[in-house]
Amino acid sequence: MKGNEALAEAAIRAGCDAYFGYPITPQSEVLEYLAREMPRYGRLVMQAESEVASINMLYGAAGAGFRVMTSSSSPGFSLMQEGISYMAGAELPCLLVNVNRAGPGLGTIQPGQGDYFQATKGGGHGDYRLLVLAPASVQEMADFVFLGFTLAEKYRNPVLILSDGAIGQMMEKVVFDQAPVPDIPKPWATVGKPAHRSRNYITSLHIQPEQMEQHNLRLLEKYKAMQEEVRFEEIATADADYLLVAYGLSGRIAHKAVDVARHRGLRVGLLRPITLYPFPERRLAQLARQVQGMLTIELNSGQMLEDVRLAVNGRVPVRHLGRLGGMLPTPDDIVHELENILEVQHA
Amino acid sequence: MLEEIIVAGFGGQGVLSMGMTMAYAGMHEGKEVSWMPSYGPEMRGGTANCITIVSDHVISSPIVAEFDTAVLLNQPSMDKFATRIKPGGLLLYDESNVQHPYYNAAVECIGIPATALAIEMGNARLMNMIMLGALLKKRQLIRLSSIMIALKKVLPEKYHHTLLQNESALRVGMKIEGHAHLLHQD
Repeated sequence: MKGNEALAEAAIRAGCDAYFGYPITPQSEVLEYLAREMPRYGRLVMQAESEVASINMLYGAAGAGFRVMTSSSSPGFSLMQEGISYMAGAELPCLLVNVNRAGPGLGTIQPGQGDYFQATKGGGHGDYRLLVLAPASVQEMADFVFLGFTLAEKYRNPVLILSDGAIGQMMEKVVFDQAPVPDIPKPWATVGKPAHRSRNYITSLHIQPEQMEQHNLRLLEKYKAMQEEVRFEEIATADADYLLVAYGLSGRIAHKAVDVARHRGLRVGLLRPITLYPFPERRLAQLARQVQGMLTIELNSGQMLEDVRLAVNGRVPVRHLGRLGGMLPTPDDIVHELENILEVQHA
Repeated sequence: MLEEIIVAGFGGQGVLSMGMTMAYAGMHEGKEVSWMPSYGPEMRGGTANCITIVSDHVISSPIVAEFDTAVLLNQPSMDKFATRIKPGGLLLYDESNVQHPYYNAAVECIGIPATALAIEMGNARLMNMIMLGALLKKRQLIRLSSIMIALKKVLPEKYHHTLLQNESALRVGMKIEGHAHLLHQD
């Protein structure tokens, strides 16, 4: 299955009630697959007139307590940022998917990771965070849908799956063995007011500054609680004296680079962040006491690099190797860079 | 076993479906597989390629720069990928569409008159299956029976009446002796 198809199939199996979206390469298979399959299960698929409409439909359906999802790719996902900010403010659970292509602007439809800042720092206005999951395989494209819905409903917060054009388009084996995400009570949902409770409001508007600040502080508490959801994978770190840090597709390429580098006698490991927010900063701080340096591999000009540097806090040098514009580094490019760095460090 | 394969040619030559067939067949045999297509402007520009990896172990990167086997179906693909085959690797090319093959002496290179044979069989579109048959013979990667099971998935149902023809084409490919060249890269 293609990554995009696995994600769509997982959405059905996880119990997604409604999908709103607008086609854009390289994620259109999600909409195509769901438009074909969802109606069989009595679920809703709506191709909206634009991404702006999609995200606002999502807001409405999520407010009514439905399990909802949308997907897009970079330029389309940018159009959704206002609505995402509103959903974060109104604390509405939803699953967002950005199959990252290279930018800025319309850019190209080849894979990119230039949306890291947008994904992890709050892409819209205001002071908010998304939980961000970064799949590196077709299997994870499926698995993170279940995890995403679970976390979104647990924290009443939008969750973003930040994928890329290659993971979306490639085919791999995928196993669907997870049960639907259990329904949890949503006493806040606007489903009609029964006599025994007061009216439910879904809003991001708190016009009194005192109230707004209280709301902000509550959101901050939530974001703090979300830190315990940090997830990452480590490859060959036990005896590593140099560390690669890479997520998604870059994580796969870096994994191969570790294999090649180890074969050449370099003690290199890899930390692959699975959650980009929360970021595995504690583990990176620990590893900074073990390794001589770190190298981030990204399909951008150095975005996650900043978070790694913050985590490491100057203890070891952190460098960046990136390709832009939809181009990809090869495992050999990475090993070559590693050899250069280690030679310089030893000299 | 780890086999990293590139198939490259013009759009419409069955490049992507050939790679996908190998991936499905490998999966059927319980192997780890990945299939990474070129998409978008590359395809619209008239060239297509895909990287198929078949392995006994978990596949780290689905994208690699050097290949164990290359199936090259036009001259631009030959120009781009012929120098990216690992020593001891295999290069199969379609003699009808590649005018100037060139390769490293460390690579086994076989020209296959695949398009000509397919036209002889009455359907030029069988070319990719003839190439795949030749590959199956040279590299004992996947069984023919698994390829046939995979083809049922890859071919849309409206083409299932061509399954037998496809099987014949695979068998034609498997019978080709091919003449291995021993030229130096120019």
